[in-house]
Amino acid sequence: MKETIISEIKNIARENDKVLAPLSDDLVLSESGLDSLCFAILVARLEDRYGFDPFSSSEDAYFPVTLRDFITLYQKVPV
Amino acid sequence: MSLRRAIENMKPGDNRWVWGVGHSLHLMRFIKQSCLHGHRDALAGKSVMLLTPDQFSAAAALIELDGLASRILVCPPDVKGDHLPAIAAQAAIDTVVTAGDAPATVSLGISQNIVCSFPPAPSDASRAAEIETQWLLLTSGTTGVPKIVRHSFRSLTGAIRPIANVDAPVWSTFYDIRRYGGLQIFLRAIVGGGSIVLSDANEPVADFLERLSNHGVTHISGTPSHWRRALMSPKADIFNPFYVRLSGEIADQAILDCLRTAFPRAAIAHAYASTEAGVGFEVNDGFEGFPAAMIGMTDRGVEIKIINDTLRIRSALTAANYVGETMATLKDQDGFVDTGDIVERRAERYYFVGRRGGIINVGGLKVHPEEIETVINRHRSVRMSLVKSRKNPITGSIIVADVVLSDNDAAADQQQLRSEILAECREVLSPYKVPALVRFVPSLDITESGKLVRTNA
Repeated sequence: MKETIISEIKNIARENDKVLAPLSDDLVLSESGLDSLCFAILVARLEDRYGFDPFSSSEDAYFPVTLRDFITLYQKVPV
Repeated sequence: MSLRRAIENMKPGDNRWVWGVGHSLHLMRFIKQSCLHGHRDALAGKSVMLLTPDQFSAAAALIELDGLASRILVCPPDVKGDHLPAIAAQAAIDTVVTAGDAPATVSLGISQNIVCSFPPAPSDASRAAEIETQWLLLTSGTTGVPKIVRHSFRSLTGAIRPIANVDAPVWSTFYDIRRYGGLQIFLRAIVGGGSIVLSDANEPVADFLERLSNHGVTHISGTPSHWRRALMSPKADIFNPFYVRLSGEIADQAILDCLRTAFPRAAIAHAYASTEAGVGFEVNDGFEGFPAAMIGMTDRGVEIKIINDTLRIRSALTAANYVGETMATLKDQDGFVDTGDIVERRAERYYFVGRRGGIINVGGLKVHPEEIETVINRHRSVRMSLVKSRKNPITGSIIVADVVLSDNDAAADQQQLRSEILAECREVLSPYKVPALVRFVPSLDITESGKLVRTNA
């Protein structure tokens, strides 16, 4: 799942002409080079792939700060 | 003038018909005989609700009732039974004309129920003096009780001009004649010296196309969605019209070009018309949108202006008013109808970008789904597309697209096509308008009035 998310992030960055920061676990998302539209697209595509959107489906939804947080949010939800 | 008078004025020996799926009649039989079986005197001056299950009986009843009834309320096929009592009350209906197995009218509390049936019976000549009948049509596209729009024979037929070079046009339309778009074509056929082939909602497209070919249809209209569906049929090329007309939705360049290729001898026109605004204008130059020079008074006596990017129309062809207790006003104080259709000027042309009510909000930015569909439809492998919003936790909504491929591309490399479509979108659209997801679907739903079903619009 982590690989899929990372590869989708790279796709979206490429499609939208964004320069990505190196995708380390500790990367702060707001400094990743993706804007909110890119994240919106990412969430929509992951929802399409996995059938859920952890932001809307979990009760204690919070906005992830780092890339690790983001991926964990998806890994937490049973597929 | 009335429908009956138009038929009486027919040249002797003219072979003009209304062809339906179950019945067909020579025009003269509609006025020499009676499908309402001698009830004509009982219908004089009445407010009649026309509630027939098929278009052919509607055509017969319209011909008999126009000039005789004080008003005819034409119910479209998808009118909801539970809306009928409110509609009947607002229009002060006192008589219902049905046919075959029309919905039960008992609950309407209207005692006079006359059945239209075939074959027509001989009819005596007695007839009340001709009056100007009000034509009441229902608006489409609303979820509540539809609004009732009042027209007259004059406002409905004022845009009809004789057709040059064609003696006896054979008209047809994918529309149902119980709606404004289809009614226009029915009236064009009857008033304009022609015949008409009626469509039928239960008939497969291929069978309809075959009937069009059999009857030698010369002039035909439909929405872009109707046409895209027709072009997907392998039988699309079995008829060879002189005139192809699009209305009711935005005609983009892709569909205009496809039609030109499919019907090389036909003039391809797209018309702007609506139940409320009437026939606005027709664009014949083969391009999407319309020339900016059309703003102002057209040579057809229609006045067009743009206020807040919205098309407004004033003419003798617009509806008169809404009937009933609605608070809505159909025209502003200067007599202009606000169409709710948003246009955008680029150089010397205006382009339709969508409906005022259909806007999707992506992170505070407005998106008209139609604008994006127009771009997607340009791809050579795309037959039609539907752009819609999907809820999104980051931007509130995001754009997604459902795409139907042309038949021969159904087996193509979808990933490749998706990239091409998205690349095309990125080239001409702002990033927030580019679909986040493109799904390939076998078909898209089309409403009874021939328009794409838009759930979020």
